[in-house]
Amino acid sequence: MTTSRRTGAPTTQRMFAAHGPGLVEHHQRFGPLPESAGTALVPVLDRSGLTGRGGAGFPAGRKIASVTGRRAVVIGNGAEGEPLSHKDAELLSRAPHLVLDGLKVAAAAVSAEKVVLYVPFRAVPTIKAAISERSSAKLDRHRVTVVAAPDRFVAGQESAVVRRVEGGPALPRDQTVPPSTSGVRGRPTLVNNVETLAHIALIARYGSRWFRSLGDPSEPGTMLVTLSGGPTLSGGPTPHSVLEVPTGTRLTDLVGHLGVTDLRALRAVLVGGYHGSWIPREMVTGARLSRAGLAHLGASPGAGIIHALPADQCGLARTADILGYLAGESARQCGPCRNGLPQLARLFDDLAYRRVDDRLLDEVRRMIDLIDGRGSCRHPDGTARLARSALDAFASDITHHRYGRCEATLTSVYGTGRPRHHTSGSR
Amino acid sequence: MIDQALWALGRGAGVTALAFMTVALLLGIATRSGRPLLMLPRFAVADVHRFASLAATLLVVLHMALLFFDPYAQLRVVDFIVPFLGAYRPLWLGLGTLAFDLLAVVIVTSLLRHRLGARIFRAVHWATYALWPVAMAHALGNGTDAGHAWFLLFAGCCAVTVCGALVWRLHANYTEYARTRISGRP
Amino acid sequence: MRTPPTSPTRLHIDWTRCQGRGLCTELLPRLLDRDDWGYPIARDRSSEPAVPPAALSEARTAVDLCPRLALSLITDVNPGIE
Repeated sequence: MTTSRRTGAPTTQRMFAAHGPGLVEHHQRFGPLPESAGTALVPVLDRSGLTGRGGAGFPAGRKIASVTGRRAVVIGNGAEGEPLSHKDAELLSRAPHLVLDGLKVAAAAVSAEKVVLYVPFRAVPTIKAAISERSSAKLDRHRVTVVAAPDRFVAGQESAVVRRVEGGPALPRDQTVPPSTSGVRGRPTLVNNVETLAHIALIARYGSRWFRSLGDPSEPGTMLVTLSGGPTLSGGPTPHSVLEVPTGTRLTDLVGHLGVTDLRALRAVLVGGYHGSWIPREMVTGARLSRAGLAHLGASPGAGIIHALPADQCGLARTADILGYLAGESARQCGPCRNGLPQLARLFDDLAYRRVDDRLLDEVRRMIDLIDGRGSCRHPDGTARLARSALDAFASDITHHRYGRCEATLTSVYGTGRPRHHTSGSR
Repeated sequence: MIDQALWALGRGAGVTALAFMTVALLLGIATRSGRPLLMLPRFAVADVHRFASLAATLLVVLHMALLFFDPYAQLRVVDFIVPFLGAYRPLWLGLGTLAFDLLAVVIVTSLLRHRLGARIFRAVHWATYALWPVAMAHALGNGTDAGHAWFLLFAGCCAVTVCGALVWRLHANYTEYARTRISGRP
Repeated sequence: MRTPPTSPTRLHIDWTRCQGRGLCTELLPRLLDRDDWGYPIARDRSSEPAVPPAALSEARTAVDLCPRLALSLITDVNPGIE
């Protein structure tokens, strides 16, 4: 595997460099996958510094190295249950062969016996078409099994993926050991986000140095981000866009893509999706989309979701809506989550629409502590993170709400029913 | 003389087993509620439930062994496992055999529950709701004491308490936190 | 001053099985409390509380008696070796 820059290696736009989603365009742009790809993959990935693009950001090389043993299973996870995220869907429809190449490489690296691609129902036809193109060309050693993921928030959680691939429901289950040790039917299982696999497919061709040529040195490369939100006229749902950017890109540049030129039009930016953190306007200028660039704000890039909250919307109300959604998306298997998330959503409704006092705030904090870390998956943890970040980012709104006012509308919050900034229907 | 002693002891063991089975059933329902019972904390309710079940099992085995050696009962080994093949009152005896079969499966799966897993343990444990009435029917139909007042009084008390426990079991606020909790997946 | 070695045994709760029956909270009152809905919560707020050696026997009883088989004890491999 050469580490010198090959002619034709994509520069900034890597994932969507091919002119179309088909196999022909894919090979025209990227060339064939090297035969040796897969052997010695781990050291190359370690050198490249690639981290998982599914949200957790675990080093890709280390994860593959941890999957040892016979009859390993490799799963590409494209479930993307997060409503604010569209990057995996975009990748699967525009560059399925990068994902399938990455799956092939990873399968070779762990000597997998079973290869699965876990995607939402609507992505299945495109993926099946891509797979049949490859089987005509006799590209892949393993038959890729396509498993459909239901459109639920927790369907992309690692243990839910494993369970669904086994034929069970797409719900998390208790894990005492990670899937790399015991996953699908007790076999060592590698679960990688589809974007991670696409990066692996490119690193296998162009090398680790090429990968590192862009992005934050501590976590190099590019990443796909989904942008949404921003100034709205009527308060209806805003369109989203998917971009590929180098890691460490400034948040101000990202919101610029949403048409936000003046930061004062924003109240805050949600980074990392519904399990992420709110960054208040005043902190946006210093923030970059990387672990290092967000650590000082207690946030992390997650799966690259950037959602801008306009200044005329109340952050507490928006958070209350999101918490209500997250409560509804609980798998309802674990007591603290099933009971605590709806209770937290109700309390945030009170924060948003009723007069705030110390007792309510104490109760909110207590409820957050009750749900955090007490479940068989990360759903309550992520929800707690979002709620805590809202209390920090919208602290000034909390003060306003103590006096029945809201910075967003400058009108009385209660007494006239729900304030007009409440965007009905949108999440 | 020995025969009569075996017959009496065998029946006595059976009646005592039935009493312990009733206690085990009641405590099993109490365990399911997640509530303490009188002076017993929750872990003790579960513990005494297990003790009563094991005691009942031992007494049933004693009951079977004593009657096996009593020639009047005319029991063969096969009658302990396969129901309704007995010579003396085959139907009522058969219910006893059936009860023992159920008891054996329940006890074995309970003792091995950590190995067999929660699903199998729970699924088999539902059979205890069948076990108790079958055992009671066996006692009433087969037992020589069934005609005696004291036994009917005893059986009646058992039945009343079990029915009361079942009514409680089906009540909405049966479990301790039923009111404050949101119910789980069906 | 030598600090005593930290206990390598932790209590793992299978939340998909737990129904907050409260047996474990009775047997391990110093380790566990009950939340608003009766589910066990570690007093140190960790998701897998460490079991001190003095409470190991009660912990094993709790694991055995839990009617939902929701508890297990996890022992760290190589305690103290980093």
